[in-house]
Amino acid sequence: MSRMETGKQVTFRILRGEGDAAREVAYDVAAETGWVVLDAVLNIQAKQAPDLSVRWNCKAAKCGSCSAEVNGKPRLMCKTRLDDLDTSQPITVHPMKTFPHVKDLVTDVKWNYEVNRRIKPFTPAPNADFTYYQEDVDRVQEFRKCIECFLCQNVCHVLRNHEQHAHFAGPRFFVRTAGLEMHPLDTADRTDFLAKEAGVFMCNITKCCTHVCPEDIHITDNAIIPLKERVIDRKYDPLQWVVRKVTGKK
Amino acid sequence: MADYQTHEYDVLVIGAGGAGLRAAIESSAMGAKTGLICKSLLGKAHTVMAEGGMAAALANVDTADGWQTHFRDTVLGGKYMGNWRMQQLHAQEAPERALELEKWGAVFDRTPQGKINQRAFGGHTYKRLAHVGDRTGLEMIRTLQDRGVHQGIDVLMECTVVELLTDGGRVTGAFGYWRETGKFVVLKAKAVVMATGGIGKMFSVTSNSWEYTADGHALALRAGAELIDMEFVQFHPTGMVWPPGVRGILVTEAVRGEGGLLKNSKGERFMERYDPKRMELSTRDQVAKAIYTEVKEGRGAEHGGVWLDISHRDGEYIKKKLPSMYHQFKDLADVDITKGPMEVGPTMHYVMGGIRVVPETAMSTVPGLFACGECSGGMHGANRLGGNSLSDLLVFGKRAGEGAANFAKENPGAVGFDMAQVKRAEEELLKPFASRATHTPYDVHFQLQDVMQGWVGIMRTGDDLKQAVASFPSLWEKLLSSRVEGSRMFNPGWHMAWDMRNMLQIGEVVARAALQREESRGAHTRLDFPKTDSGHWESVNSKAAIVDGRIHVGTMPKPVMPAELKAIVDTNPA
Repeated sequence: MSRMETGKQVTFRILRGEGDAAREVAYDVAAETGWVVLDAVLNIQAKQAPDLSVRWNCKAAKCGSCSAEVNGKPRLMCKTRLDDLDTSQPITVHPMKTFPHVKDLVTDVKWNYEVNRRIKPFTPAPNADFTYYQEDVDRVQEFRKCIECFLCQNVCHVLRNHEQHAHFAGPRFFVRTAGLEMHPLDTADRTDFLAKEAGVFMCNITKCCTHVCPEDIHITDNAIIPLKERVIDRKYDPLQWVVRKVTGKK
Repeated sequence: MADYQTHEYDVLVIGAGGAGLRAAIESSAMGAKTGLICKSLLGKAHTVMAEGGMAAALANVDTADGWQTHFRDTVLGGKYMGNWRMQQLHAQEAPERALELEKWGAVFDRTPQGKINQRAFGGHTYKRLAHVGDRTGLEMIRTLQDRGVHQGIDVLMECTVVELLTDGGRVTGAFGYWRETGKFVVLKAKAVVMATGGIGKMFSVTSNSWEYTADGHALALRAGAELIDMEFVQFHPTGMVWPPGVRGILVTEAVRGEGGLLKNSKGERFMERYDPKRMELSTRDQVAKAIYTEVKEGRGAEHGGVWLDISHRDGEYIKKKLPSMYHQFKDLADVDITKGPMEVGPTMHYVMGGIRVVPETAMSTVPGLFACGECSGGMHGANRLGGNSLSDLLVFGKRAGEGAANFAKENPGAVGFDMAQVKRAEEELLKPFASRATHTPYDVHFQLQDVMQGWVGIMRTGDDLKQAVASFPSLWEKLLSSRVEGSRMFNPGWHMAWDMRNMLQIGEVVARAALQREESRGAHTRLDFPKTDSGHWESVNSKAAIVDGRIHVGTMPKPVMPAELKAIVDTNPA
């Protein structure tokens, strides 16, 4: 890949302001070799627009704070290299669209934290033996890689276009639920939550969430589809229902 | 009180990383009404960036391990500067804290026997670090976060504390603002736990995030607490070096723990010359100094670092055990670490110094004020071992939460505070909006970073440190006249104006403590005093406090280790 030379002028068009008054403002920046979009945004903040609102923490794709839409694509700004963009044209940086806009690049993501609180926590049996093997938890560890950037929530059309926030938990929380349901020592049953409150069947498997996940979690194939199957097995399979009644297993 | 939104708690925890979360969980489990403040969103605190693991003598892999060896390693790693009692409690309680985390849902990597797997790390005699690939901190913070929110802790997200409130020498709450709206908030509490993390943003090459602006150190100092060991600043030996945009980003010690080799431009494993016994797994202070020396003497790699190579190990193994390092180098530097070496160099990473506390309760010298995690001092002495931070957070997070909840129970009456203090802080906070100067707090920030990096860095001299100390009056002058523009809504420039006060105050403490200690020990290296002094300087900790309105930096006698523990340190295990 060709590297951009230090000193190259690049124009950024960043959404500034609040509510209806928000509009794009152009900033010219002398970029440095190896910069990511977040470097440019922080440089603009330090040198040209000290009140530019943006969330960031680790700058190393580990905290999931700097989600935004770069040239219309949902990305982590800390992982989006200028080398991968056409810097002969202005680069647009907008906040995530699915959440209420606060100011500049910051959105109100509190709803996600409210959904999280409704998920039944990890529930091991009393006196459970915590001996378990790597192959038992490879899948669970995949789900636990999630850095809560909420990009999957941002692109999911159930939320982005149909605004079903009240009836649909979104991919992030299916991933979290899957991590709990598939933990070898968990005993809780979350199928009711999944079917009703979380609206898992509203997902029609377009895999947009999987495509944007910066942690490469196979959200649809490994979390959502197995959860749907689990709900169907538990709630709608009459044979399974009888077996459960007799054996008392979850 | 009509002017301010007010919340009232038994225990207020400031900071929601590993230490703050663990403290809040404990205090709320003990029945105290608990508020937890985070400067960022919940789950984004610095703990999330911890990679390699948490040190605990579980003895799952090396069965000979035990708390005594962990204690000994920590004492030696800290070059005898640490508080022995904290180091003892830490080594004894870390295994219990790790197992508790597992019971709360953390999924550590496993041994073939189905137990928590443990890896080797610098300065640890045995394989001791419980880990999840190279994202252990994420696992820890998510586990604590989920445990905490289901326990009814009141989480105040994106809230910054600007001053602690006091009443008759006791801490009774905090005054701050909501980042989103800029509105002020008064938080009354019977006890306050500081868990605010570190000071890294005062250096230009650092692995630390924007949040690490020395807030807790400065707030506690201003509230009357004592800081100790502030000259001891850890430079992690391996940060990314190239390209410039990524400079300083952490490269986990787990690369070396998994067998990574350090080489100079001649292809020599240069650690042979510095620590032939432990080689790459020497302590961080030694490795950082070795890399500095190699580069300084002309044996550095392409961009002023050295080579770190793990490519002799199986590619799939590397991707499994070091997934985020693999992606970090591939995505940001076009380097495939399964095929070739990484270029690395030292990056400011951690401050060993902090708020002086009573080991058992984590209470500071100010009644009602507790501290745990990076903002507290004493646990790590002159150099922290990798992996000892995550265990420190849990051990002393729990103790601080317990200490604070007990203090609140023992002092049940309503708390008061000095309204004039709130008014004063408010006035100071709003002043910069009226400035017409051309410079902003960001300009002062860059200048401070140059001072700290240039003169208070990895290798220090008396002359450099004197220059650093002398530059603070003009930095203050510039800060207090700087301009803030825009509104109070989510305004980072405005937030920076106050963060800078904390950084200037603590930056000066670091520089003065470094100037005072006329020896080299652990992370503190004086080129003009290259020897470690087993006499005077080994017997005292540096101490900073505000006396008559001015920062005073002096020393205090180091607590003397009892004979039975000294015997453990003096034994030589196989």
